[in-house]
Amino acid sequence: MSGNGAAPERGVGRPVDTAGGISLLRRLWRAARQLPDGAASGPVHPVLRLYVRWVRRPLLPAMRLWRRNIQLRVVATTLLMSLGVVLLLGVVVIGQVRNGLLEAKRHASQSQAEGGFKAARDAADTVSDGRGGQDGAQSGGRDTGAWLTGLVQQLASGGQGVYHVVALSSGGGDTSAVGARGPRASGDLDPEHSIPADLRKQLDLKTGALERSATIKHSAADEGEPALVVGKRMYGPDGKAYQLYYLFPYTQEEKSLKLVKGTLLTAGVFVVVLLGAIAWLVVRQIVTPVRMAASISERLAAGVLQERMKVTGEDDIARLGEAFNKMAQNLQVKIQQLEQLSRMQRRFVSDVSHELRTPLTTVRMAAEVIHEAREDFDPVTARSAELLYGQVDRFESLLADLLEISRFDAGAAALEAEPVDLRDVVHRVVDGALPLAERKGTKLLVRGGEQPVVAEADSRRVERVLRNLVVNAVEHGEGRDVVVRLATAGGAVAVAVRDYGVGLKPGEATRVFNRFWRADPARARTTGGTGLGLSIAVEDARLHGGWLQAWGEPGGGSQFRLTLPRTAGDTLRGSPIPLEPDDSRRNRGMNEAGVPLAVSGRGGGAPVPAAPTGPSPVPAQTRPTPTVDPTALPGSGARVVPRPGGAPFDRADRPQPERSERPEKASGAAGSDARDEERADARAGREGQARGR
Amino acid sequence: MKGRVLVVDDDTALAEMLGIVLRGEGFEPSFVADGDKALAAFREAKPDLVLLDLMLPGRDGIEVCRLIRAESGVPIVMLTAKSDTVDVVVGLESGADDYIIKPFKPKELVARIRARLRRSEEPAPEQLTIGDLVIDVAGHSVKREGQSIALTPLEFDLLVALARKPWQVFTREVLLEQVWGYRHAADTRLVNVHVQRLRSKVEKDPERPEIVVTVRGVGYKAGPS
Repeated sequence: MSGNGAAPERGVGRPVDTAGGISLLRRLWRAARQLPDGAASGPVHPVLRLYVRWVRRPLLPAMRLWRRNIQLRVVATTLLMSLGVVLLLGVVVIGQVRNGLLEAKRHASQSQAEGGFKAARDAADTVSDGRGGQDGAQSGGRDTGAWLTGLVQQLASGGQGVYHVVALSSGGGDTSAVGARGPRASGDLDPEHSIPADLRKQLDLKTGALERSATIKHSAADEGEPALVVGKRMYGPDGKAYQLYYLFPYTQEEKSLKLVKGTLLTAGVFVVVLLGAIAWLVVRQIVTPVRMAASISERLAAGVLQERMKVTGEDDIARLGEAFNKMAQNLQVKIQQLEQLSRMQRRFVSDVSHELRTPLTTVRMAAEVIHEAREDFDPVTARSAELLYGQVDRFESLLADLLEISRFDAGAAALEAEPVDLRDVVHRVVDGALPLAERKGTKLLVRGGEQPVVAEADSRRVERVLRNLVVNAVEHGEGRDVVVRLATAGGAVAVAVRDYGVGLKPGEATRVFNRFWRADPARARTTGGTGLGLSIAVEDARLHGGWLQAWGEPGGGSQFRLTLPRTAGDTLRGSPIPLEPDDSRRNRGMNEAGVPLAVSGRGGGAPVPAAPTGPSPVPAQTRPTPTVDPTALPGSGARVVPRPGGAPFDRADRPQPERSERPEKASGAAGSDARDEERADARAGREGQARGR
Repeated sequence: MKGRVLVVDDDTALAEMLGIVLRGEGFEPSFVADGDKALAAFREAKPDLVLLDLMLPGRDGIEVCRLIRAESGVPIVMLTAKSDTVDVVVGLESGADDYIIKPFKPKELVARIRARLRRSEEPAPEQLTIGDLVIDVAGHSVKREGQSIALTPLEFDLLVALARKPWQVFTREVLLEQVWGYRHAADTRLVNVHVQRLRSKVEKDPERPEIVVTVRGVGYKAGPS
């Protein structure tokens, strides 16, 4: 409010002003309190949180609409902000107008009152001069009273309805003079209640004119109307003081103010509504093309590649549309090119497949016929026939794997999922691997096959994956048990194949799945396998939306885990079987601190290899190609033995292997194709390590 | 003894090699290299079994297969270099009883041929019913209300296998073993395709089968009589 406002104005102004200000403040305050309520609902009292949730639930659809609809948001924000601006403007304008009105009123009132006071003084002087002080005191009271009444009437007659005149006795509660100095008032207002008491007191003390805002009342119960009171202590013809007041009601100003307010309100409502409408229109212009672009993007993403935006004009939106269409065009061309390439690739693979396979079939049949008849040949030719026969086999499986991989690469692999009980698959695989296991002296155990483990899967592919895993486990299991675990939980099924063979070195757990991966590139190929088996297995798992992962520790064996979603097309969130088995060295060390590591035969009955009893002769004997460094072989046994047996230095010993073995858990690796040399190397390294200690 | 085998293959080396192997096993092979001449050769040789390469000059193997099937139920074994599902299924749907993917072992081929020939050899006097069908096993005929339905030997074997044990649900693997003579589980697509073909012949409404009922997640069984 204006700085020059005197006390009275401020007093008058407040009731109107504060009404608006306070309500606004209160609203803000409430909003400010609500905000933290909602925002801080996390750490607050649970009951409160419950309450907040209960309150919020019916609002959820609205909140969703709010979040998703930018047009609504912009329009609502515009409405709110313009409402705020209009309110602020209104308050300021109304304040200014009122100030102006009041100031004018004050000036007018003051000059009016001055005139009145002067007239009263003159009248008193005239009367006292005329009397010449002769009038007795007894009649003086009555005369003065009549004079005063007359004076009030006379003064008030100048401004009918514009102001009132009141005369009061000086000295507040002096009742002795009631008769003479009783209150007099023009009009029918109630002088006692209309004049503030403190003004009367002050008038007794001061000589000048004082002004104050007050409420004119016509009776004690009257609500009254606001008015400006100007009062002065005067002296009557008898020389006694009395108080003369002018009361100017604000009727006219109130009316003007009301008019201004009404106008402002109407204008404000119009402005807000119009601004909202404008915002809606403007946002619509932007949002409509954006929405169109969004829906067209969705259709493009869904594969409708010929979808395009409509472009009109040359503005930014049109440029967006053009750029979008160009992008869609390029995408379409690229995708078509890729499709073409993929078709060609598939065609090529198919043709190569046929072209290579037909002569291979002939070679193979010829090799077999020659092989059958090898007893009739001389030793050199007979051995050649054997070699030919074996290598044709290898060539064939290599070719088959290559073709399979290239089929995955071309995206030509299709999943034929149907409900499969993985127990059947596992049993078929295990039965198929039995001859090999017997040759290696390995026992194949299946656990978790009590309940059906059903998943929607392509049994041909799953069987291929599992056959690969089981055969690998047997081949690299060094004659120790191989455990196949089945489990189902939480929308996923898993099969884990655990062996207790050479295991994986750090970093190998991911590399085993690389194509043609070899633990040691320098090492000659000895065992069968194409080097593609696990790569194909990973692709098979991926085709199912599943995982194929490896875990291993050097010398502690490895575990390969296949996890598939129970329903084809679902996304996996976890596996029912932990990747690192319970009986891993780390887990055993942690679970049974202080107990000699290899003595524990826990882990769901999973047998710990026969290692503690000493080096197993089986692997060494059955190893098909004794090209391995023979000194390394006993090392595998020797390495395992001291660990469990070496209880005295077990504690001191443990941290070291743990430190060295932990990383491999993260990366760890058991080569499906891990070759004998690699094992030998690992073993030799360990040997050296052990000796070094 | 039945042992005439017609080899339809354009690769002369492979055809010759097949001849060597088949003769060694006591079959009488005859050869044709061109798809266009295959049907004439088939009529002339009257083989007990056809070995058919899918990729042929002239008419391709699928077409030849269809033509032969149109006039005879003789067992057809496809030789294919393509193991893709589509190729195999198309081959089977055109009427082949079995397929073998190149490169194959001679023993495997011979085993398949023998399995197919044995199936068409052993008639046992037996009368079975499945749904409203009456099967005369010895007479190799299937009748519905006196009307006989023409089935290939393989389809007939499949139907008989199901009808003999109507209480049993057959997994695809079991059917492969019993009907096709596979000892190790092979491609179950064989079973799916032939069940579809069988249904299209014996079911009143192949969309809602009543004779050969699918047991979801397990396999097939005979419908209630």
